[in-house]
Amino acid sequence: MTELSYRDAVRQALIDALNADERVFLMGEDVGSYGGCYAVSKGLLEEFGPERIRDTPLSESGFTGAGIGAALGGLRPIVEIMTVNFSLLALDQIMNNAATIRHMSGGQFNVPLVIRMATGAGRQLAAQHSHSLEGWYAHIPGIKVLAPATIDDAYGMLGAALADPDPVLIFENVMLYNRAGTRSDTTVDITSAAVRRAGKDITLITYGGSLWKTLEAAEVLASEGIDAEVIDLRVLRPLDDATILGSVANTRRAVIIDEGWRSGSLAAEISARIMESVFWELDAPVGRVCTAEVPIPYPKHLEDAALPQVPGIVAAAKATFGTTK
Amino acid sequence: MTPAKKAKLHLNRGNALDRLKMMIRIRRFEEKCAELYTQEKIRGFLHLYVGEEAIATGVMPALNTDDAVVATYREHGHALARGLPMNAVMAEMYGKHEGCSRGRGGSMHLFHEPTRFYGGNAIVGGGLPIAVGLALADKMLGHQRVTACFFGEGAAAEGEFHESLNLAALWKLPVLFICENNLYAMGTALARSESETDIHTKAASYKLPSESIDGMNVVNVEAAARRAVAAIRADQGPYFLEYRTYRFRAHSMFDAQLYRGADETKEWEAKGPIVRFRDWAVTAGLIHAADVEAIEQEVSGEIAKAVAFAEAGTWEPVRELTRDVIAGGKL
Ligand SMILES: Cc1ncc(C[n+]2csc(CCOP(=O)(O)OP(=O)(O)O)c2C)c(N)n1
Repeated sequence: MTELSYRDAVRQALIDALNADERVFLMGEDVGSYGGCYAVSKGLLEEFGPERIRDTPLSESGFTGAGIGAALGGLRPIVEIMTVNFSLLALDQIMNNAATIRHMSGGQFNVPLVIRMATGAGRQLAAQHSHSLEGWYAHIPGIKVLAPATIDDAYGMLGAALADPDPVLIFENVMLYNRAGTRSDTTVDITSAAVRRAGKDITLITYGGSLWKTLEAAEVLASEGIDAEVIDLRVLRPLDDATILGSVANTRRAVIIDEGWRSGSLAAEISARIMESVFWELDAPVGRVCTAEVPIPYPKHLEDAALPQVPGIVAAAKATFGTTK
Repeated sequence: MTPAKKAKLHLNRGNALDRLKMMIRIRRFEEKCAELYTQEKIRGFLHLYVGEEAIATGVMPALNTDDAVVATYREHGHALARGLPMNAVMAEMYGKHEGCSRGRGGSMHLFHEPTRFYGGNAIVGGGLPIAVGLALADKMLGHQRVTACFFGEGAAAEGEFHESLNLAALWKLPVLFICENNLYAMGTALARSESETDIHTKAASYKLPSESIDGMNVVNVEAAARRAVAAIRADQGPYFLEYRTYRFRAHSMFDAQLYRGADETKEWEAKGPIVRFRDWAVTAGLIHAADVEAIEQEVSGEIAKAVAFAEAGTWEPVRELTRDVIAGGKL
């Protein structure tokens, strides 16, 4: 067990993957001589050389598509896109090619591609650098969508994603890079949600950067006599229904905390699944805490107001108890 | 000014002082911003234009007040040179309600309707299609106007660059494309990102008239811009200018500049646009050392006022958060 940051955990995962498999290479804008826009790949160019730590021009659609081609051609590319907002320039390749080729070719071809990108708000980067669009990606059949929130997942999910025969997108919340913690040597899967805090009164369902706010909210709730269970989705597609529904059936209450916008969100999807499957177990309507439906504004007070925060999570959890608790 | 007069650059004492003052205004404004950034008054990303001031300074006088400007996230210089009030720009840097974008945009998203300043776009290449559309509207509505679109050489790698150049040329639209080639896109040197490093030839391949010009010389910059704008107004087709320049500072405040040496920066600083023009104009007898001193004083007063204005500014009330997402307010 060593103390390290989330950033270091991702970097270590990259190093281990590059060492483990000759076919693995990293490509993206400024991953090499700049050291990565969030410094994740710092030092890798020196260690692995420009063939395998491949700087690309500003051509998101081009190099993501090239990643798809390289995966088809027998390599195991890791494509880094600086920020989810820029991934929209590559959305065509991700949606129309990466996600479709296996099915469209009748199973003849598959795309073992990993795409990593930063997501989320909180650094006052305003409306073209701050969004959380992983819920959109989770809409697309044919890809897997991961949201590591812990050091173990930041490290372990990359290897698991590379071992997967299909395209896997990994969303790294920008507010987590500096988060420090310890890494255990447990291997992680990319199929299940995790219960990060056991509780019996209510289930709080979240992922990514909101996990830590939700755990904090759970402590506040505990101090007020409400014992919350916190589920970290980890895998946004496919969703681990069993863990989610099992917990809600047990606690009979649920609030979903999602940094995406509310309308048409992942939170909406989870809420619908709860209603479809465990409606008769519920003691209260499912609650949601999402980002306000605005492009993320620059000033701190407005950015804070737009995002899910601890007091809002606490209030939403309490609201499911009406006035009784 | 008559069109013919506007097309030529007549350098006299008056406009020499104007150009020098504008470059100094931009430089000192940004130096102040860097300082305010370390004090955490300005947050988020801050991209400085230091070293590149001659371009915005030289291009804007070639435009009319009803022309349009589209810029990038490195746009403080363009905003000031276009005539946005410094107070409103500084307040925007702070995120204050009195800022030119109501505080919501910050450094990367300066907008200003009165001067037809269409942003501050932080998606590389994202501004080019918008400029094409503005020009298309002008053409279809019969307005005799030009849209000036600024972007870095990094944008030349994006598909939107190529799509936009082709559209503008195909439809003969009045767009002035201005590539500010400072040799680096973040940490990526031009030769490491382009098979053809001569950017202006790319435009030529789409049949745009294009030129490559020393962007460190404000006189050359302006002369080329006037020539280009005159050509656009004459036959209503696009024009491409590549200005060769250099960014003296880091890409943003988060950049350790591992990709270039300090010597290279020093070399360029020595031929920087301000020293170069100032020394030339003094030697030519157009201006005097005392003029420079007077400009510095005036500019420093203006900046102090802008900082005071921003400091005194207010925060937009949180209840206004969802205002202007769409007209009317219902989300
Ligand atoms: C589509 C997109 N991809 C990546 C980025 C991140 N990014 C911001 S500026 C920049 C470099 C752009 O270089 P250039 O166009 O030459 O302009 P300069 O910054 O040198 O003025 C990059 C990679 C972005 N903002 N948008």
